[in-house]
Amino acid sequence: MSTMLTGIAASSGIAIAKGFKLETPDLTVEKKQIGDVEEEVSLFDQSLEVSKKELAVIKEKTRNELGDEHAEIFSAHLLVLSDPELVDTVRQKVRDEKVNAAFALQQVADQFIAVFEAMDNEYMKERAADIRDVSKRVLAHILGQPIVSLAEIDQEVVLIAEDLTPSDTAQLNKKYVKGFVTDIGGRTSHSAIMARSMEIPAVVGTKNITSEGAADVMVIIDGIEGKVITDPTEEQLAIYRKKQEEYEELKRELSKLVNEPSVTQDGHHVELVANIGTPNDLEGVINNGAEGVGLYRTEFLYMGRDQLPTEEEQFEAYKKVVETMNGKPVVIRTLDIGGDKELPYLDLPKEMNPFLGFRAIRLCLEMDDMFRTQLRALLRASAYGNLKIMFPMIATLDEFRKGKKILEEEKAALLQSGTKVSDDIEIGIMVEIPSTAVMAEQFAKEVDFFSIGTNDLIQYTMAADRMNERVSYLYQPYNPAILRLVKMVIDASHKEGKWTGMCGEMAGDPVAIPLLLGLGLDEFSMSATSVLPARNQISSLTKEAAAKAAAEALDMNTAEEVKAHVEKLF
Amino acid sequence: MAQRTFKITAETGIHARPATQLVNKAGQYESEVTLEHKGKSVNLKSIMGVMSLGVAQGAEVTIKAEGPDADEALAGIAEVIKEGLGE
Repeated sequence: MSTMLTGIAASSGIAIAKGFKLETPDLTVEKKQIGDVEEEVSLFDQSLEVSKKELAVIKEKTRNELGDEHAEIFSAHLLVLSDPELVDTVRQKVRDEKVNAAFALQQVADQFIAVFEAMDNEYMKERAADIRDVSKRVLAHILGQPIVSLAEIDQEVVLIAEDLTPSDTAQLNKKYVKGFVTDIGGRTSHSAIMARSMEIPAVVGTKNITSEGAADVMVIIDGIEGKVITDPTEEQLAIYRKKQEEYEELKRELSKLVNEPSVTQDGHHVELVANIGTPNDLEGVINNGAEGVGLYRTEFLYMGRDQLPTEEEQFEAYKKVVETMNGKPVVIRTLDIGGDKELPYLDLPKEMNPFLGFRAIRLCLEMDDMFRTQLRALLRASAYGNLKIMFPMIATLDEFRKGKKILEEEKAALLQSGTKVSDDIEIGIMVEIPSTAVMAEQFAKEVDFFSIGTNDLIQYTMAADRMNERVSYLYQPYNPAILRLVKMVIDASHKEGKWTGMCGEMAGDPVAIPLLLGLGLDEFSMSATSVLPARNQISSLTKEAAAKAAAEALDMNTAEEVKAHVEKLF
Repeated sequence: MAQRTFKITAETGIHARPATQLVNKAGQYESEVTLEHKGKSVNLKSIMGVMSLGVAQGAEVTIKAEGPDADEALAGIAEVIKEGLGE
């Protein structure tokens, strides 16, 4: 029977395909005495072989789609399954103690897991997770409950899951996964951001899609309205097929604007640039006609691995981005870890309020070696294009000065050793913390540019955790309080002949765009897919009318009034 | 039996990728191959054994091979080590 659910529209577009539920199998093991031990050993051997074959397939697919780096982890997984200390011990245990293979495997694997978990090295502790992963796969086969890996999907599906982790999304194959729906998450959660950069429709935060029996029936995802229909009627299918076509048609229309500048009716030019997470996102940046990169989130270089990336690895990534952008501006943000983004190998203690805690520049200034390595890689890459460096989460001028001093030291050392470094690198800051917005006039004298990070600026200004759905009504980009802070920052930068950009979700929001244009924002950085719609919108506006509307909005009382005002005018 | 001592110079010691390469190499030979470090000895064909040693930069390790192709095994493994792990 057809059911409709609503959630948060996380990534635009319409997807129609069979539902595929990402299940967590029940792997409870009971100890049993076995009569025919040889049969049990051969069950173990067969399960081992099947698991190895699966892993080899996953490894190949990962290599082809995501590169050697991501495939490496599966080589290690395969070796664990060939490890004589593991497999011989399990066989021996089955024979000596006449127990079932599942029980023997679990016991042996648990011993290894305990050894690795007891080590005082975070990297080694992570290996325990690897052993757990692979032994689960074999266990699932012994118990006849095979684990499905995302990389193994080989027909068109809509993915249904409670949530998707970064490593899940890394394995998604766009060719087959047409879109996804999750129980939890919001517009700015990791899976939502990934969906937008992969350009697949997604609806998140539906609360109970996984209990709706959406597996193996047709599922429609409407990533424009945030709706999901399971087991649709013929009529619904027809409506959404038409909607899907219209969406594709609009996309084709917009694609004509790829090489056009972003200019208003009255000749005011702004820069429309894109946010990226990895060099792989550059294809989307170029295809969507972005005029540069306004935010390169370098933390993805540090995530999903066992140790810090080397200077060389980082240099290669940064160099690739500036070279590919071919002289267009590339703003690279230094490591912004902490908050909702953790690095297990840094072994940082859990915090009560991670968003208010030890993260981003706070962490980098203390972990000096790690910060310097990144800065050296950035400085070296600056010789290959138009690279700008941006520090995240700056709360005080002192933090900015400290960061800049370290940067200058590394630059001097590189020049001393004869390494080429660009001599006009702009150094800017993210404005995410209200204190920095309020002090923008003082900051503007020392920084080269501002980039307003609205996701955090809004959560800190409204004191509302953006991961907490119960206070999500306080996430109000159009609240006059936010608009006033944005105005303070833009005005302060212009007074000093500097520029201000915005790299939060708000910069690509059609309701916010006229207001931001009116307030004088110079650079709008957004998901690559939002660039063309924004260019289309800006080319239909005048700066004059936008400025008038923005001035009126600043004096309004509520976010709702502002929104209604903009929607009436434009 | 053939044996040789190496000094690990790689910045990260014997971590994931180099450990994988060593174990893969050892697995190509019939001989029994062991890795010794700080008085502990593990089977070099066992990834978990090798990683559980936690060999860091600057450490000295001894590789022993015993069996019909012991010399070839040691030479092959020495090559892997010299390609980026140590000397």
